Amino acid sequence: MNSLLRWLDDRTGYRAMLRKALVEPIPGGAKWRYVWGSALTFAIAVQFVTGVILWAAYSPNAQGAWESVYYIENVMAGGWMLRGIHHYMAHATMILLVLHLMQVVVAGAYQAPREVNFWFGIVLLHIVLGLSLTGYLLPWDQKGYWATKVATSIASITPVVGPAMQKVLVGGADYGHLTLTRFFALHAGVLPGALIALIAGHVYLFRRHGVTAGQPRDSGHGAKPAGVEGDGRDGPDAHPPRPRDGWFWPDQALRDAVACLAVMAAVLYLVIRTGGAPLGAPADAAEPYAAARPEWYFMFLFQWLKYFPAGTEIIGAIVIPGLVVTLIALMPFAGRWRLGHRFNLGLTGGVLSGVALLTWLAYAQDRADPDFVFAQTNAEADAARAVELASAGGGIPANGALALLRTDPLTQGPRLFAERCASCHTYDGHDGTGRPLSEPQTAADLKRFASREWLEGLLDPERVATPEYFGGTEFARSRMVRMVQSRIAGFTHEQQEDLAKVIKAVSAQAALPYQAEADEADQAEIMEGTALVSSASAGCTECHEFQGVVERPLGPTLTGFGSNEWLTAFIRDASHPRFYGDRNDRMPAFGPEEILTDEEIRLLVDWLREDWQAGGEGSGPR
Amino acid sequence: MSSKTPHPPGNVTTGPRGHARRRFLAGAGAIAAAGLALLAPVWSGIRVVLDPLRRAGRDPSLVPVARLAALPADGVPRKFRVQADRVDAWNTQRNMPVGAVYLRRTDDSLQAFNVICPHAGCFVNLAPDQSRFVCPCHKSSFDLEGAVDDPSSPSPRDMDTLEVEIRDGDHVWVRFQNFLPGRADKTPVA
Repeated sequence: MNSLLRWLDDRTGYRAMLRKALVEPIPGGAKWRYVWGSALTFAIAVQFVTGVILWAAYSPNAQGAWESVYYIENVMAGGWMLRGIHHYMAHATMILLVLHLMQVVVAGAYQAPREVNFWFGIVLLHIVLGLSLTGYLLPWDQKGYWATKVATSIASITPVVGPAMQKVLVGGADYGHLTLTRFFALHAGVLPGALIALIAGHVYLFRRHGVTAGQPRDSGHGAKPAGVEGDGRDGPDAHPPRPRDGWFWPDQALRDAVACLAVMAAVLYLVIRTGGAPLGAPADAAEPYAAARPEWYFMFLFQWLKYFPAGTEIIGAIVIPGLVVTLIALMPFAGRWRLGHRFNLGLTGGVLSGVALLTWLAYAQDRADPDFVFAQTNAEADAARAVELASAGGGIPANGALALLRTDPLTQGPRLFAERCASCHTYDGHDGTGRPLSEPQTAADLKRFASREWLEGLLDPERVATPEYFGGTEFARSRMVRMVQSRIAGFTHEQQEDLAKVIKAVSAQAALPYQAEADEADQAEIMEGTALVSSASAGCTECHEFQGVVERPLGPTLTGFGSNEWLTAFIRDASHPRFYGDRNDRMPAFGPEEILTDEEIRLLVDWLREDWQAGGEGSGPR
Repeated sequence: MSSKTPHPPGNVTTGPRGHARRRFLAGAGAIAAAGLALLAPVWSGIRVVLDPLRRAGRDPSLVPVARLAALPADGVPRKFRVQADRVDAWNTQRNMPVGAVYLRRTDDSLQAFNVICPHAGCFVNLAPDQSRFVCPCHKSSFDLEGAVDDPSSPSPRDMDTLEVEIRDGDHVWVRFQNFLPGRADKTPVA
């Protein structure tokens, strides 16, 4: 073994190289405050490793990006943790980078001869911001899609080249496949490449100037003379450090490693506590997303833009941020001036407190905004549902997960109800999506329509004429309401029992999926109830057709009442002789007038009947 | 400096001037050859990166969006998805949702607005009380006619109206287009 290593050293000189890398003298000894650079390098290295592994499972196209991220997150063993680490380590990188820069400014380490390295640091910050921005879009979920639209819109207001720049970046006029391929090329190729080059240059310059950040001008000892090319013999051994000085290996390395461990522990804590990185519902250009917000370290810019009224946007988005960055880049020169260092400290403090204030304002305003809170709740529900649907079918169809959501009654039903039904009807007292209605509605509440509870309420003398049922309609004065209020109100105990059977029988006509067990269990009572409905004594068939029997059809047929077929036909045209005929009160003929498409009616019917795909079994180990 | 530089073997006998010329020519040759070698990949690379500039946007012809019956003449905007054929790089997609519009009908008018905010491209909401449009991102707000209704609104222009047409009596057709956000003039994204 030893001879093999000796041979390798003879051919490569690796020992000298290692010694040069590790036997770096640290004037003044190893210090905890020197760990930031190493912790940052560690964070970036973790991003490279986790990123490349994610890359091996990621598919950058508009019908595969969300799907592949879903697969990594929910199906692949360890995927959620890997993606979680990549996500939160990006946050950690941002924090470490800002801390590192702050430390450099406070220590005055930007001064000669370290100007260039300071600029490298600022460019690094921008590359990391770029990585974050491009990475945010890659899952192709609603949040990334709409937040990135804002970012590319801002790019397009750049004078002259803006629109062309945006089109090149987006890969066309609209977001699509090429937006993803381009953002991915930036995220996984161009920006990491630039990052490596800059870090290499940064570390080289750092080694050249030495670590004595506190006294940049008379640090002589650690700094090697310019132009000395180490060949192993003129290393630190040739100039032994002062007794108080320490070495990088192992004194500083130990502190650095502990810092890296602490960073990793913090990231892991976040990953486990949050269950990994979030994944919203698949991106949809036609679906509003009111919770579009950038990642938290861009929130100050987001908030900042609110203060720039029409026409001054470019000042807020481009001019002022550009000036601030220029001022920061000029710190090494300002630092030469007698009060320059104080000015730089003030500038850093001012910028950071401004950023902190704006960030706080952004979150405080969102928290206080009921519309935002509502949108966010809905977004989370959509995201969970998308994952549920994707895992339920044993795989996502080739046309993507968006198609699953668009044909899902649970997702689309409430939206359709709110847009097309809630101007008259309520659903459990709200508009279907959970938003309370501003004015009292006229027509019946349709939550669990045709279920036993719903029918019990309808046939309750106390409730039939309330707005929950017929109270707000012309039927408030109908024979049905009068019948319930006069006859049922005086029912004997025995008649009440028969009524319960009738309710079970009529409700069984609907064959509601959520009532299937109860229907199955009460078969005998349902049989009795069915016979009662047809019988002349009950009086139902005086006005309602049931299994071919009716005296004078005035109300809707009870045959198949609330079933899929019945409800579909009813929504299509409530004025059909089967239902209300010409006694219909304001219910539009949604089908014949093409207000709703057949698919929309299907979604509404399935949603009202709670006939939707239940949660899947296929989700991975979490 | 040059005296310290080792002479290439063939140069030992040439004079200082010939040596300089030779070095210049060799250097220029090296740069020219390397540049030439890189020309094709760089040129074709730039062309591919800039290719989207050569592609036209989606065909902005009129598409059917809704039936008039779905649109009560009460002045309350209603949101509709716009479905159209779309080319996304290598895919052609028939009848895909490409965006959404607000349609607003009063007794004597019919308006169509693109839902996208002219400020920064978010999806504008109708306020819960249906009295105005509000963008959930930077709080641009518009009245129901689509006009900016607040002087501190960051939107540089009113909501983008779209050409709208009624065909066959009750079919609402809209010329669905997106416009560049963040500028006072309404320039189609093309």
